[in-house]
Amino acid sequence: MLGDGSGRSLGARRGGCSPERPPPPPGSSRCPVPAPGRSGGGERRARRKRGTAMGGSGSLLAREALDEYQELTFLSKQEILLAYKRFSELLPREERENLSARVPKSQILTLPELRANPFQHRICHVFSTSEDGDDSLSFEDFLDMLSVFSDSATSDIKSHYAFRIFDFDDDGTLDRKDLEKLVNCLTGQGEESRLSTAEMEQLIQNILEESDIDKDGTINLSEFQHVISRSPDFASSFKIVL
Amino acid sequence: LRDCIQTDIRYLSGWKQWKRTSSKSLKKVLSEVKELSSYLELWRHDIHSIEGIYCLMCIFPHSMCFCLLNFIIFILMFSFITLPSIISEYGIFNSSFAKVQPKHIEPHCTVYKPTGNQGLVYFYTYLKDLLSGTGFLEVTELFYGYYTIDAAWLSTLSYNLPLAYLLATFAYLALSLLWIIKRSVEGFKHNLVHNEDQFQSYCNKVFAGWDFCITDPNAAQLKHRSLQYELKTDLEEERLKQKIAERTTKEKLRIYSLRIFINIIVLAVLSGCFYSIYRATVFSQENSNDINNTNFQANLLVQYLPSIVITLANFIAPQIFSFLITFEDYSPAFEIRLTLLRCIFVRLASIGVLLFSLWSQISYCDTDKCKACGYNYELYPCWETQVGQEMYKLMIFDFIIIIAMTLFVDFPRKLLVTHCSCKPVQWYGLQEFGISDNVLDIIYGQTICWIGTFFSPFLPAIATVKYFIVFYIKKVSLMHTRKPAARPIRASSSNFFFLVVLLIGLVLAFIPLGISIAHIPSSKACGPFRSFNTSWAVVPATVLGFPTGLQQVLNSIASEAFAVPFFMVICLVMFYFIALAGAHKRVVEQLREQLVMESRDKLFLIRKITEAQRH
Repeated sequence: MLGDGSGRSLGARRGGCSPERPPPPPGSSRCPVPAPGRSGGGERRARRKRGTAMGGSGSLLAREALDEYQELTFLSKQEILLAYKRFSELLPREERENLSARVPKSQILTLPELRANPFQHRICHVFSTSEDGDDSLSFEDFLDMLSVFSDSATSDIKSHYAFRIFDFDDDGTLDRKDLEKLVNCLTGQGEESRLSTAEMEQLIQNILEESDIDKDGTINLSEFQHVISRSPDFASSFKIVL
Repeated sequence: LRDCIQTDIRYLSGWKQWKRTSSKSLKKVLSEVKELSSYLELWRHDIHSIEGIYCLMCIFPHSMCFCLLNFIIFILMFSFITLPSIISEYGIFNSSFAKVQPKHIEPHCTVYKPTGNQGLVYFYTYLKDLLSGTGFLEVTELFYGYYTIDAAWLSTLSYNLPLAYLLATFAYLALSLLWIIKRSVEGFKHNLVHNEDQFQSYCNKVFAGWDFCITDPNAAQLKHRSLQYELKTDLEEERLKQKIAERTTKEKLRIYSLRIFINIIVLAVLSGCFYSIYRATVFSQENSNDINNTNFQANLLVQYLPSIVITLANFIAPQIFSFLITFEDYSPAFEIRLTLLRCIFVRLASIGVLLFSLWSQISYCDTDKCKACGYNYELYPCWETQVGQEMYKLMIFDFIIIIAMTLFVDFPRKLLVTHCSCKPVQWYGLQEFGISDNVLDIIYGQTICWIGTFFSPFLPAIATVKYFIVFYIKKVSLMHTRKPAARPIRASSSNFFFLVVLLIGLVLAFIPLGISIAHIPSSKACGPFRSFNTSWAVVPATVLGFPTGLQQVLNSIASEAFAVPFFMVICLVMFYFIALAGAHKRVVEQLREQLVMESRDKLFLIRKITEAQRH
């Protein structure tokens, strides 16, 4: 199957990846968006090559790049062009031609789609492939993000990335502290909008009761995906459209 | 990602590569088609802009679907009923029509002279006619009375208009039923496989709680608050359930007797409403036939009296219900549902009461002459048209009320709140965007449309235009004057609930139509069913014209010898599916237990390994 083959080859290339990073979910109809780990030199070389090839296209994306992006992500041509337009507005004028330019996190957070989102920092962290750890996004990271949040992404992909966004300490499982931070994000910043300790205890107890199947006190990826598959609102709420 | 595809290409053989390229080009073509069709999607951009602020997918897609459904119903009725009538009336394509004089009918039953305006009339007569469907509108294709044709001839082909009228009615009812069932099957499947109350589960609220498409910081603030409120209420409800389980017998007795008392009050309120609707209808019918009354406003008021009373009842009753339910000590979620159910009952039953009072007037017969016709021929020579006019008035009045409420209540309220900072005004605040009110409005309007289309074939077209305009008015009002409700109902559960109530509305629409078609004698002075006893009688008459073999088959299908075994077979099939669903539920439970077992085995094995490694 395409999925298995790609998983094996990706694993071989991603030599430097930390083992806790969950592998891309198999069985999706397209090649899954790879986990933005500390990728090897191969990807960077490919990107730089493509950057120079498209020097003269002006403000429009080259046609082969557009086709390639359309194939690799869940986005349509219109959406990719719109994303390109919005992304280049965030860049200073002289860097607009360079497709591997990175936009710092503070700029990304000015986008209306992200500025009101309580998970904005986590989203930038999860989708960023920057080696400096400053959570800046390149255009491909931006497209990755939009692809996962688009209408046509499968619920497998969405739940996989939702798990990573909710995993605040990046340890591969959702434990009590992660859940507490998650609930605090949902109810808003500020002291008066938080739940009381007793209510938080009761809530976390209920959540674990419903989703923790092996009763180890944490929610791993498969338990999370199982719970999400039963949730009717997930597909309609986990969506960003430009 | 690119690397992964390139490595794949190296591993695959030539045949597989060709397959991949062809599937890639197919996908490209499909995506192009999809892009084109997305331009045609009605209101997609508008819904996106609303989603950005409120992210509620409840009402607006439904408005769009109803527009489409009503338009399709209108096309159906137009092409099968109105078009043949117009073609044969004006003799286009060498067509003609046949008007058979009904036999065995007393002549006094067939007298019908609608007063289409002749000579000079005041201008306001036109306005009055437009608003109440009388006068010049009564003789147009809008109402049943126009279609007084028994058969239309197109050169040598004959078109049986009465049969077409009846079959088109059944067709649009069946179409609406199929459409609702198709849309509600998904929600129902979900509900049946998983336990009840899954919609309200904590995991759903926490993991899928935040709508990622919110772009406005104010809306985000409101969403935070509503999520906090929701979680707090759910936790409180759980604590309440605990408390209820620990109630003593004495307390239970007190609560139940209080509930019975309050339900009696609710019934009293309902009967009060229905009685007032009945009297208003009777009064309106008696006085609107008095043509000497030339006072324009008084006449219009009398005509619209039933609609006004129904709207008042629909406005007052929910306030009373939400006041009463606080005494009944239910859990908050159940309170909302019960109040909603009661309000829906008031709305749908008020239409029923209106129709019932109309029929009691129509079939009220004390003289022999009247009994010969079967209905009150003096006041209602063409009673289907009168019923159609009442439905038309209800729809127009509903439309006017929506526009009036938006213009004269919402906007001034918003102006008042933003400019006048005195305490009572600020406390009164902006109107909340109540999903339930909008749901009730749509269902009410649609039920009127379903009932009224038999009596007035152009009603779906009016409904289409109405929904179209109402969508834009509500959108503008929503953007500028409303604030989101503090207690939003979840999108998925309200979707399913909406469709269930719609189904109830449709079934409720079957009843008056069934009685009109099958029980009440059709009017002998107008309409396609003049020569028949009741409207349904055209079907047996047509069956008699079939060849003998087919007749025998149809007769046997309609007999008891077929119906009883058929009913038993249907019951067996239903029981089979229920058993299957129960079995699947049990399989799911067993698989869950198996998962738990396996993880325990894994922990046990890991412990054993670590022990073995230590030694």
